[in-house]
Amino acid sequence: MNDMRILERDVDTNTIKIAARGVQVYYGDNHAIKDVDVDIQDKTVTAFIGPSGCGKSTFLRCLNRMNDTIDVCRVEGDIHIDGEDIYDKRVDPVQLRAKVGMVFQKPNPFPKSIYDNVAYGPRIHGLAKNKAELDEIVENALRRAAIWSEVKDRLTAPGTGLSGGQQQRLCIARAVATEPEVLLMDEPCSALDPIATAQVEELIDELRQNYSVVIVTHSMQQAARVSQKTAFFHLGNLVEYGETGNIFTNPEDPRTESYITGRIG
Amino acid sequence: MALGLTGYVVLAIILLTVAAFFMARSRAKSTAGGDIRLLHSLPNYYGYNAAMFAAVPAFGVLMIWLLAQPMIIENSVFKLIPERIVSEGSSRGLVMSDVRRVAEGLDIAVAQGALTDDEADNIRTEFKDVRSILGSVGVALGSNVEPEVLYAAQQYRAKSETGTFWMSVAVVALAALGAALAIFVTNADFRARNTVERGALALLILAASLAILTTVGIVLSMLFESINFFRLHPWTDFFFGGSWAPNFRGDSDLSILPLLWGTLYISVIALLVAVPIGLFAAIYLSEYAGPKTRSAAKPLLEILAGIPTIVYGLFALLTVGPALVSIFGRGEAGLLGVDWMSGATAVLTAGLVMGIMLIPFVSSLSDDIINAVPQSMRDGSFGLGATHSETIRQVVLPAALPGIVGAVLLAASRAIGETMIVVLGAGAIAKFSLNPLEAMTTITTRIVSQLTGDTDFASPETLVAFALGLTLFVLTLGLNVLALYIVRKYREQYE
Amino acid sequence: MTDATTSSLPSATPVSGKGSLMQQDARTRKRNAAETRFKAYGIAAITIGMLMLLVLVYNIVSRGTGAFQQTFVTLEVALPAEKLDKNGTRNLDDIKKVSTFGYTPLLRDAFEAKIAEKNIETELSGKEMAGILSAGAAAQLRDFVLADPTVIGSTVAFEFLASSRVDGYLKNRVSRDSIANDKNISAEQLDFVDQLTASGAIEKRFNLDFITGADSSDARPEAAGMGVSMMGSFFMMLVVLALALPIGVAASIYLEEFAPKNWLTDIIEVNISNLAAVPSIVFGILGLAVFINYMHLPTSAPLVGGLVLTLMTLPTIIISTRASLKAVPPSIRDAALGVGASKMQSVFHHVLPLAAPGILTGTIIGLAQALGETAPLLLIGMVGFIASNPPDSIASGLLDPNSAMPAQIYEWAKRADPAFYERAWGGIIILLLFLVTMNTIAVILRRRFERRW
Repeated sequence: MNDMRILERDVDTNTIKIAARGVQVYYGDNHAIKDVDVDIQDKTVTAFIGPSGCGKSTFLRCLNRMNDTIDVCRVEGDIHIDGEDIYDKRVDPVQLRAKVGMVFQKPNPFPKSIYDNVAYGPRIHGLAKNKAELDEIVENALRRAAIWSEVKDRLTAPGTGLSGGQQQRLCIARAVATEPEVLLMDEPCSALDPIATAQVEELIDELRQNYSVVIVTHSMQQAARVSQKTAFFHLGNLVEYGETGNIFTNPEDPRTESYITGRIG
Repeated sequence: MALGLTGYVVLAIILLTVAAFFMARSRAKSTAGGDIRLLHSLPNYYGYNAAMFAAVPAFGVLMIWLLAQPMIIENSVFKLIPERIVSEGSSRGLVMSDVRRVAEGLDIAVAQGALTDDEADNIRTEFKDVRSILGSVGVALGSNVEPEVLYAAQQYRAKSETGTFWMSVAVVALAALGAALAIFVTNADFRARNTVERGALALLILAASLAILTTVGIVLSMLFESINFFRLHPWTDFFFGGSWAPNFRGDSDLSILPLLWGTLYISVIALLVAVPIGLFAAIYLSEYAGPKTRSAAKPLLEILAGIPTIVYGLFALLTVGPALVSIFGRGEAGLLGVDWMSGATAVLTAGLVMGIMLIPFVSSLSDDIINAVPQSMRDGSFGLGATHSETIRQVVLPAALPGIVGAVLLAASRAIGETMIVVLGAGAIAKFSLNPLEAMTTITTRIVSQLTGDTDFASPETLVAFALGLTLFVLTLGLNVLALYIVRKYREQYE
Repeated sequence: MTDATTSSLPSATPVSGKGSLMQQDARTRKRNAAETRFKAYGIAAITIGMLMLLVLVYNIVSRGTGAFQQTFVTLEVALPAEKLDKNGTRNLDDIKKVSTFGYTPLLRDAFEAKIAEKNIETELSGKEMAGILSAGAAAQLRDFVLADPTVIGSTVAFEFLASSRVDGYLKNRVSRDSIANDKNISAEQLDFVDQLTASGAIEKRFNLDFITGADSSDARPEAAGMGVSMMGSFFMMLVVLALALPIGVAASIYLEEFAPKNWLTDIIEVNISNLAAVPSIVFGILGLAVFINYMHLPTSAPLVGGLVLTLMTLPTIIISTRASLKAVPPSIRDAALGVGASKMQSVFHHVLPLAAPGILTGTIIGLAQALGETAPLLLIGMVGFIASNPPDSIASGLLDPNSAMPAQIYEWAKRADPAFYERAWGGIIILLLFLVTMNTIAVILRRRFERRW
């Protein structure tokens, strides 16, 4: 635990972006998430940690209703974003996901050019009036994802031809291009080498300026490095949620302590 | 008679094989002094080994002999026939088939007792009416038997008989020799299992190479006859001529182009029906349908692929064709009040029905291919707020495009090679026309019509079928190889 | 349990950025409409496919079931000795001298007797009345007498096939309008048929001969049956099974278990997948050129048909056999090798038995495919009016000219007579029943023995 750098950062705002109450998730007969309550703040990086299969990714996928695409999955309880119930009948998941972007565990660029990968979101949501505007959106997104300098000369090259770290940053650029308000990241660095991981982590810290970022991670070090708030999940329960510093230095729950000291997981 | 002897030879080999099995097994046991643990292999393996040595070489030689003997005899007998008869009888093949027929007739006559063996060998057309003798035993001949042909037939019989006799001797001796050798080497240290397994492996390899042999057979059989065809008919007319008008008195126009046009036209219509329907069906089944719908609809659709093509042919001729005529034809009495279509057989009839047949073909191939697109691709798109259809159209389909192209090419190759639907539904008129309501003909229908009935392997009108077949083979093979290559590359991409 | 959450939901904060999620903006509505349309295309495609299947099945059933029923005319025929056996010796050779023509007057007399008995008034002559019978009626009478000459002198009740026009009339295929230009039957004859039907002398009933009988000449569609061509198909399938199964399994075992990875096995593999897609008619050309023209095997023989279909079916069987061999986990092979079995023993004692259900399933599906194949059979002469008697031994079944079920159907479809069309559809019902049975067995086998490792 010596190498863990726990940075004290300011939490910019106390505005609550996402509020979840009594969330239950079932995969068929399997009760995957048990009664989770959590408030996620705006312009903050919130990390979900916990051992494999603890439900952290499942819960993350509830926040933009990605679980809708799984037939056997059933979600109960309330999740509000900006005070609106996202599981309300009137809510279109398509609009929701434009507002709550997502980056996945494995870099998954589309089999298109780098430009088209980033332009995909803005095009389907109709964010650009013309080609010039679209160019601008793409450039901004690539810049924000800190990959512009590497790809600006080969925007027409296929996105699948980039290295793993570049691909993941491309996927982040793709996500920010739709101008979401919340960015969900599901273990974004697990398929990356340490150098690429460092680049992405740096990027996450940058993104905090504009978005509420929720990151699921396997690595406690990573959670400690990038997040201000940390939630610890275990067997589908939210065990402990609080300031990252507190969780790592002064956990309240014995299970949290066991996990961060490496006894479970 | 010859068959009878061959039958006895086969029986003898089988007996020798069985005997060799038991003798080798008991010899193995006795060399081990009754304790089979001292043997290298299980006793049965010694038996198998001996049986293998008895049967395999003998049957191999028998096979080769049976194939080679008629050819050798035919060549030597053919020399006996004077040029006069060959030129009158128009071709060597026809004369030789007369010879064979007479020879067979003599065999039958002897078997039925109408002639003695001696008479059959010595009769002369000058003294007896061979035609009526043969007619009385049920072998009808088209014309009176020429003395030379009769003599050739008698020679044919004599040589066959001698050949078969020597074959029997050689083959049975070989079997006995093989058995004796195997029994002789049998002792406790002999590695019988290894020998048997090497033999078995050789058999397996032989079976696997049959696939190659088939291809070689296809190519060679068509190539030789095609070469014969191009000797009799200018290749420029075949490839570049403008019309197809076979004329059995000779001087035919035999160009593939009008046939190719009909084939491609019908195939294009079939694909226009099958590709959109099949593709959308696959998309719906793999992306939207729940497991219940999927497990019900998929097998139902695939029934369409299991229905024999003759059924589709009948469906085209008797249901779809008349239905189209009642829409586009019959003048005032028709549905549209027009008279554009006169008969049930038409390009559209065949194309539509072939399209129906190809729907499951396209859909099940596309279904596999769409399923191979990784879920992460879809998640990425959904995560950006794309609707399902946007995801399919802009992410899944472009990703699956190579595979789908491969599937369409395979379907095209099926359409080009399909026979029964076009034989019954497309018509027999070779022409270049854009009107889909007209009857047109295809490569496969012409192959059928040139090769059914009495075929004369000396006329270009028959031989052209082989050139057509070769073209068809090359065309479909090219499409298949290309399609399989594309699909394989595509699969590697996601594996 | 957590420190940062409160038990109640925070009140709604002013909605930022993109507007409320509760209201769909115009663009989203448009996109959702596109989504609905796209989904509808998919449903439409499936529906069209299903509809086609339905139309096809309906067509087959509605047009084909008629073939299983046939119209029969019941007549009491007197067999007078003075006409059939003038010498009165009951000598078979003498009786044989009376040709079919000699029996035709008996039919006329039988009709005269019938109308007298039933009080039917008709202006038809005896010949015209006999015209409603199948052309084979007199021959049927003669065969009956020759089989048992003692019946001469008595009166025997016969059931004769009605002619195809009369049969069609009773099945509503033929009407008075449609026969306006028909030389074979007249409106008066149809009136007569109506009268006979009313009196019970004509009735429609199940026709076993359609399933067991032989094909007939063009003039007598009412007598044509599928039986003999069914035998032809049966013998072909025998050949295919006897050759394709062992060769296919042997080839698959080599390719899957023993073959080294080199260019030669690569070529074989590419070859097999390509052969599976070669048009079936090409196999017919191969059969004609190699088996008939080169090897001089008998034309139209089920043996040749079987050989051709074997070559055609082999790739299918090899592909499915390899798949089921591949499905046997390597641990089974390792276990056998681990106790000292040779590679060959591990394959034949352990892998092959475990893969057997899959191999069987693939073989049945391959056979079903071969059973329905027509095109190659046309080229090797298995089409046309070939066999009128069922084969009497295995050798004759394999070597005597015969047709096959699909080729028989094609033959009937070509004869351009609605009565034969009905038989073609009926033949399809029989063919499809075979295919459905085979596929059902394959599915059951697969379900029953499917293993999940």
